[in-house]
Amino acid sequence: MNEFFSIVISKLNYWVYITLMMIGLYAMIAKNNLVKKIIGMNILQTAVILFFISIGAKRDATIPIITHGHAGEHHAVHAVDFINPLPHVLMLTAIVVAVATLGVALALVIKLYQKYQTLEEDEILEQIRVRDE
Amino acid sequence: MKIFKIVIVLLFGGVLIYCTLDFPSWGDPQAPASRHVSPRYIEKTIEETSVPNIVTAVLADYRGYDTMFETIVIFSAGIACIFLLRVSKRKKSGLQMYRHVPTGLTLRIEEGYGPPPDSRDFERIDLMWVPYDLIVKTGSRLIVPFSQLFALYVIAHGHHSPGGGFQGGVILGASIILFAISNNLRLSFTRISEKLAVLLCGLGVIIYAGTGILCTIFGSNYLDYGALSKILGVDVITARSHGILMVEIGVGICVMAVMVLLYYNLASAGRHDEGL
Amino acid sequence: MIWQIEIIVLLIVMICGIGAIMVKDLLGAAILFGAYSFMMCLLWAIMGAVDVAFTEASVGAGISTVLFVAAVFRTSRRTKD
Repeated sequence: MNEFFSIVISKLNYWVYITLMMIGLYAMIAKNNLVKKIIGMNILQTAVILFFISIGAKRDATIPIITHGHAGEHHAVHAVDFINPLPHVLMLTAIVVAVATLGVALALVIKLYQKYQTLEEDEILEQIRVRDE
Repeated sequence: MKIFKIVIVLLFGGVLIYCTLDFPSWGDPQAPASRHVSPRYIEKTIEETSVPNIVTAVLADYRGYDTMFETIVIFSAGIACIFLLRVSKRKKSGLQMYRHVPTGLTLRIEEGYGPPPDSRDFERIDLMWVPYDLIVKTGSRLIVPFSQLFALYVIAHGHHSPGGGFQGGVILGASIILFAISNNLRLSFTRISEKLAVLLCGLGVIIYAGTGILCTIFGSNYLDYGALSKILGVDVITARSHGILMVEIGVGICVMAVMVLLYYNLASAGRHDEGL
Repeated sequence: MIWQIEIIVLLIVMICGIGAIMVKDLLGAAILFGAYSFMMCLLWAIMGAVDVAFTEASVGAGISTVLFVAAVFRTSRRTKD
């Protein structure tokens, strides 16, 4: 029982991030409105980025900017006192891709509204089915 | 049907939670993510590039290829938005509203008709017209130049403080969007036209890729900024720092133009006549 | 890494996230999404990722919200679910 509790406390952070991801995934597949689906996609993307950033965090370490570097002197830099910068770099690219996808997705939503005059997925499918008969 | 979807989501979440039982605990310095390549990046950044901000150095120098393709991705998103939404001006315009300036009368003109073409007394107003708002216009007139200055500061100081090309480009684009929201969208088109924005888009990508080609011309690998020391006249370490600044400027210009293009096309649904 | 602040911000993040997909007004969902984005930026700043937090503050709480509002302006504002 004690062992179970110690597992829960040490991994609780990751479970909260996974819950956020599942909220975004639920909004993407279960909501009928198109704009709600796009909001769900963005929630999923930012939750994944949060998960990656939490991997790079270190206890008692400072932000990855070397403060004394520009005076010309070279102190020895130990990798233990700086937070891992590699996930930050990858996640910067991920945020850029997220905003690009958001722009194109909203353009598609406007075009769909101009053609079908509604934003609900079941009504759009109904109109397509009626048009095919 | 909804029960099925909830079951899928819960199943997926359960599998992910089961996978986290193998993870290292949070904040462990000996985690596998922090042991292989990143100690080398942290320890060697000052010696090899003299840039204190490790994230900017890794983004623009050690992993420069990824950033170049990210710039190309955001460029293609702006172009895709133009392709999807843009419609050219139609001969017969839709419902328009005009105001006769000397008397202050508002006219509502139906489809197909228009005001006398050479008369200077009619000005066009939006369909959802809001009255002249002094606070919003004066506030944005104060904020826009200072935010542009701040954006240039963020691009130029990416080496020493958090920031860099991408963040500064977004703030520049946001200042132009603020100008377009507080004043008319048509006034913003006369300042930054669509042609200028598309040209700036391409210019940003050309600056980035051109820096790489410049490095190849001087005998080194693609995007190896040490070769720029031959034309800049400094040693190799400072040349790498200057190379990082050049590509950051390219990224900033491209991102600004794409943000402006996205807003123009989304707010006017492609027609470029009225907007928010 | 003060864990009290982290728990409070995580709680606000979850409430904003659930609220953004549950409201029936699309403009309200866009504004709640902007608040969610800004709270995420705070969380990353607490964890030490200052570059990523800067980017998310300018992109998520700035450009994303404006693009959503522009798209809602051109389509309808009410939704059934």
